[in-house]
Amino acid sequence: MTAALSVDRLEVVFDRFRALKGVSLEVQSGESFGLVGESGSGKSTLLRAIAGLAPAASGSITVNGKKLGARRDKAFYREVQMVFQDPYGSLHPRQTVDRLLQEPLAIHGFGDGEKRIQRALDEVGLGTGFRFRYSHQLSGGQRQRVAIARALILEPSILLLDEPTSALDASVQAEVLNLLEEIRRRRKLTFLMVSHDLAIITHMCQRLMVMQNGEAVEHLTAGDLIERRVSKDYTRNLLRASEGFVRA
Amino acid sequence: MSTLLEVDDLRVTFPTRTGRIEAVRGVSFSLGRERLGIVGESGSGKSQTGRAIMGLTPPQAEVTARKLAFDGIDLLAASPRDRRALRGKRIAMILQDPKYSLDPVMSIGRQIVETLRTHEKVGQAEARDRALAMLEAVQIRDPARVFDLHPHEVSGGMGQRAMIAMMLIAGPEMMIADEPTSALDVTVQLDVLGILDRLVSERGMGLIFISHDLRLVSSFCDRVIVMYAGKVVEQLKASELGRAQHPYTRGLLNCMPKIGADRHPLPVLDRKPEWAA
Amino acid sequence: MSAEAIQSRRDWLLSERPASRMQARLGRAYVAWRRFSANRLAFLGLLILIALLVVAAFADVLAPYSPTFGDLKGSRLLAPSAEHWFGTDDLGRDILSRVIFGSRWTLYVVILVAVIAAPIGLLVGTVAGYAGGWIDAILMRITDIFLAFPKLILALAFVAALGPGIENAVLAIAITSWPPYARIARAETLTVRNSDYIKAVQLMGASPFRIVLRHIMPLCISSLIVRVTLDMAGIILTAAGLGFLGLGAQPPLPEWGAMIASGRRFVLDQWWVAGAPGFAILIVSLGFNLLGDGLRDALDPRSGDQ
Repeated sequence: MTAALSVDRLEVVFDRFRALKGVSLEVQSGESFGLVGESGSGKSTLLRAIAGLAPAASGSITVNGKKLGARRDKAFYREVQMVFQDPYGSLHPRQTVDRLLQEPLAIHGFGDGEKRIQRALDEVGLGTGFRFRYSHQLSGGQRQRVAIARALILEPSILLLDEPTSALDASVQAEVLNLLEEIRRRRKLTFLMVSHDLAIITHMCQRLMVMQNGEAVEHLTAGDLIERRVSKDYTRNLLRASEGFVRA
Repeated sequence: MSTLLEVDDLRVTFPTRTGRIEAVRGVSFSLGRERLGIVGESGSGKSQTGRAIMGLTPPQAEVTARKLAFDGIDLLAASPRDRRALRGKRIAMILQDPKYSLDPVMSIGRQIVETLRTHEKVGQAEARDRALAMLEAVQIRDPARVFDLHPHEVSGGMGQRAMIAMMLIAGPEMMIADEPTSALDVTVQLDVLGILDRLVSERGMGLIFISHDLRLVSSFCDRVIVMYAGKVVEQLKASELGRAQHPYTRGLLNCMPKIGADRHPLPVLDRKPEWAA
Repeated sequence: MSAEAIQSRRDWLLSERPASRMQARLGRAYVAWRRFSANRLAFLGLLILIALLVVAAFADVLAPYSPTFGDLKGSRLLAPSAEHWFGTDDLGRDILSRVIFGSRWTLYVVILVAVIAAPIGLLVGTVAGYAGGWIDAILMRITDIFLAFPKLILALAFVAALGPGIENAVLAIAITSWPPYARIARAETLTVRNSDYIKAVQLMGASPFRIVLRHIMPLCISSLIVRVTLDMAGIILTAAGLGFLGLGAQPPLPEWGAMIASGRRFVLDQWWVAGAPGFAILIVSLGFNLLGDGLRDALDPRSGDQ
């Protein structure tokens, strides 16, 4: 098996604050990998650094065997796409769904836009009735489906998911998680998914990395978590917290 | 058990350009000195229920009820002045994000002192001592230091503790907490809940805990009300959540991923129009 | 059209499920129009400006006399009467006709200034805001230099250098009025440049040029339109001021500011000579201000879910 994505001793520094302190990980092709941690753990920063939205101070990122430079080229964006956390902030407020989906096709010079947009909307379960709506005419779950369609329309092989369901209601969350799983199976995608919720990560991912203060705490498999085979106190705390409140 | 709050057929209606929208449609329950959870998804009317009890409904909306009484006082008939006096002194409210509910230009300590002195006649020195004691009660390790900090200088968890301290300083008998821990990390969330739990049981307060997280609420509260589309669909004891009858409650419980439960795909909620009827 | 047909057309416009790009766009415009027309004062402003346009377009038909030739012998400084509604000036010209023809020059100034200044401001502001760093620093310091001088003084200096005349006055006003637009556009850009939807477009591989042009500028345009409309009154007054000082329109051009200037000599005895163009300036400025306020309410994305 080849690594679809590998990150080696990656450092990210914002104004002397080390948001990421030499983190390494390797995600196999077709695998779903989870990043878990609390706010400030650097999990989102890691995702953004891979996408090129946060500057890497040192270390390297390799995608499908190709080492990335400081600037991402167009080919990179056809391999890697991202879904953001807040569905209310990730869609342009003055553009219709149609226009949102057209944009990536126009940038990459795809000719068969009409067909691709139809297919992308069908794939995320929206259908063409939503095609000419503005984002304010959509619910949170529908917005997130549009965001997923937008990420898929360039047919990437790797999808970066930044807490894609944390702003959604529990019932909508289940629908979106199911959709993501189905898409991954059908398109044989590689997922790198960030969440603060251990249950979601164990549901969605085979392997995961627990992060704290910009560092990796430990690498685990979903099976390890289910059988409570964890070695670090921090992970144990997270596990306990995920079970809800226990009266002392 | 004495009844603190009685709500009968509460309705909150918002006028809009396209017609009137009923956010809360006939909610009834009563609260004693206990922990009551109100659970629902966005748009279920859970927050508007809390706000209506608190008297914080936006002015253009209309609040009606057959009965809305706190300790025998008719809240809908009370003057704005009387309601203000009740707020803070006898009924307190905690909101989701302390960043928006604390005054950014006033130190945390001063805000607590101000709150205390609006409701009780106490001297500056005594007020300060009581504020420090309150900060200690919400498990802030170095109360004297936090006393002089401004809200932007503390973390979310610390801010929420300060908020709780401020709300509890006047010794209210009832507290409404609207998603008090949703903005916090899970481990901090449990600390804050622990503090809330201890204070509520020590002081014998009534607590209404509003949240979207059914599992969290059921682990924390004595009783749970499940709301859907502005109505109460089910009321049950938290310990009996597993025996919930309504398909919405069951669906809500089922659709959350659980560690160790291998369910692919997750069961999704099949919303029936008759639930909202 | 029957009531049913109107209703069905309205439903089509307000549809939550537009079936085409066109319908979505029209529906959006219709919502903005409804919000705008619900505002009576803004509607009044719009009517004033439409009236101005009509008057300017049909000045030849509407004006009873020539604006530039008067009867020096028989009709100097006549008071308003049935024959000369607004009276006549010192050269015996009918003031009503001059005011009517003057509307053309007012429109000319206003439109040219808007067409020159707004795009410059938009471009400078969005580029500075999006690029940041040294590009931002240089562009904004240039903007600051322009802002450091009082507008009229700077315009005076430009006209003095370029020579008097209405084209140069327009140019001078345009050069002095873009900096506030640049500031607005930059502020707006700064609030959206770090939003996820701009990040998402970056992740599509869009060039900075494309992002600014297609994703950021459309967001800045509505607040810019509002600001330009509200500034129109000021532009008219500046043009009138330059005309008044003899640096704008040259006689015998019937420009309102120049008319006031020539009328000020008799303002106590023959008040109508300066009063009529002054009143015209007042009405048109009011119209622009009312329209601007209405547009702000109708277009501001923060004031609703549009």
